[in-house]
Amino acid sequence: MSVSEPKVTSPGLPPAAKAELDEVRKRYPTTEAALLPALHIAQRAWGGWLPDEAIAAVAAELDLPTSKVYGVVTFYDLYHQKPVGRYRIRVCTNLSCQLRGCEEIMETLHEELKVPEDEVTPDGRCSYIHFECLGSCDTAPMMMVNDDYYENLTPERVRHILRGFK
Amino acid sequence: MTFEPVLTKNVGNPAALTLKGYRQLGGYEGLSKALLMEPDAIIEEVKKSGLRGRGGAGFSAGLKWSFIPKGKDKPKYLVCNADESEPGTFKDRLLMENDPHQLLEGCAICCYAVQASTCYIYIRGEYTKAAAILERALKEAYEAGVLGSSVLGSGFKLDMYIHRGAGAYICGEETGMLESLEGKRGQPRVKPPFPAVVGAFGSPTVINNVETLCNVPHILTRGADWFKSIGTDEKNTGPKLYAISGHVERPGTYEYPIGIPFREMLDKAGGMYKGGTLKAFIPGGASAPILPAAQIDIKMDFDTVAKAGSMLGSAAVIVMDETTCLVRSVARLSKFFNHESCGQCTPCREGTNWMELLLKRLEHGEGREADGQLLLNICSHIGGNSLCALGDAAIGPVKSLVDRFWPEVEQHIREQRCPFPQRRYFGNGS
Repeated sequence: MSVSEPKVTSPGLPPAAKAELDEVRKRYPTTEAALLPALHIAQRAWGGWLPDEAIAAVAAELDLPTSKVYGVVTFYDLYHQKPVGRYRIRVCTNLSCQLRGCEEIMETLHEELKVPEDEVTPDGRCSYIHFECLGSCDTAPMMMVNDDYYENLTPERVRHILRGFK
Repeated sequence: MTFEPVLTKNVGNPAALTLKGYRQLGGYEGLSKALLMEPDAIIEEVKKSGLRGRGGAGFSAGLKWSFIPKGKDKPKYLVCNADESEPGTFKDRLLMENDPHQLLEGCAICCYAVQASTCYIYIRGEYTKAAAILERALKEAYEAGVLGSSVLGSGFKLDMYIHRGAGAYICGEETGMLESLEGKRGQPRVKPPFPAVVGAFGSPTVINNVETLCNVPHILTRGADWFKSIGTDEKNTGPKLYAISGHVERPGTYEYPIGIPFREMLDKAGGMYKGGTLKAFIPGGASAPILPAAQIDIKMDFDTVAKAGSMLGSAAVIVMDETTCLVRSVARLSKFFNHESCGQCTPCREGTNWMELLLKRLEHGEGREADGQLLLNICSHIGGNSLCALGDAAIGPVKSLVDRFWPEVEQHIREQRCPFPQRRYFGNGS
């Protein structure tokens, strides 16, 4: 008996993403090894998260079972399966940041953005989440917004940073 | 004798970011020298230097290289472990962002020594800035013939690539990293076979930490004897980066001869934050058992810290003052290990979860007297019973809390509350 996977219609990777992936694939002796970079590329192409159609597109591109790609997506914290804000905020809450007040940072985000953790503001602007150590303990408390680190935070500084996010 | 920084000498100097600048600062001399040597002679020199892995385990780097089989029947790989994720650790990021060519040079020397023609730098996905800096350095190195079909004109072929992770602590474990590099979930492999025999893509593979590899060019240029002259004894040699955070005035990455006393390190970091009193410290990242303030004079090298019942690990030093609730601190670390357990081995997957639940209960004053024994029982069921070291790492801080700081835990139980100023605890489960 064969078990068929649910079919997801996917437009496939956009041409620019496909070109980038074709370049990256050359670095590895197996196709499968390009999966992590492929998912990073796809996530960028789909606006910061991986809907089923993005997962299907990567699976088709690398000729891998969708279930296998899904298994990898769910294993790693940087791949998201639900929409994120244009400004995706990750607050480090591990020990060094806890010792220097990361709670106040989380509370400030909650107060200012008025949505619970991991939900997007109605205007699609921001979402925030607590995160494990981001390797910036000397500048605690800190947060990462998209690709950038914001360090030595205070509630006041967080409010100022948020005002700059359009 | 005053100590001159070795690994961090170019930190803050923008010239080091370019190939030309790095060369003017004496860079790539170690690689030029290495290419004139027999590969085995390089391995011998690194062995002789006593260089031990700076990622956490402290294994002899030269010995690791010597395990790679000779012969050309299979390709060989170097995977540089730049997945710096141990809570409290931020030293490798500094090296990569400030002196990328130092790392590339160390990688190239290692590759030549073990005759590997491909190197992957596995960098954690969050380090986008460091990855971009390394990419630029790689591009320059290729264009100048430092890498590629003939390294510095020697005829030795070497390709080097950046591979970005995607947020999983377990990928810092050697075989978890290899699985992840191959495009899989980062679940550690059964060992043996060890990566030196069956590693990346089924081939012999060396895996070394960023800081370890950054030491290599200096060993080549200045010699193993110079390297050995720094440090505590013949088993603890060379310069070492210490990442200090928590309740200190000037947190940061500091370079010292390995074995500097903790007291001196604390003084040089400006002392305790706002003049507080030292209560406890973690000498080597989240996995290291907590040491009490009484250990303030401990020498910070691999063997002395191990003898004191902890570990130097990644040398991430987290300092805690008298206002710190240790139950809460350990609860936070347990939450981390529970989240990061890959779920493959039952003792670790289940045990880390129960530890987090018990510690949260204790933190909120809902614990019971028997919880100490219960925690120790869980620790004994996890320890040594899983495929990789994550389980053992997870029990380190918990055991030290019960063994060394029980009166504080007991106070939580007796008073049915946390005796420290209350703060909200974030997040549920993962």
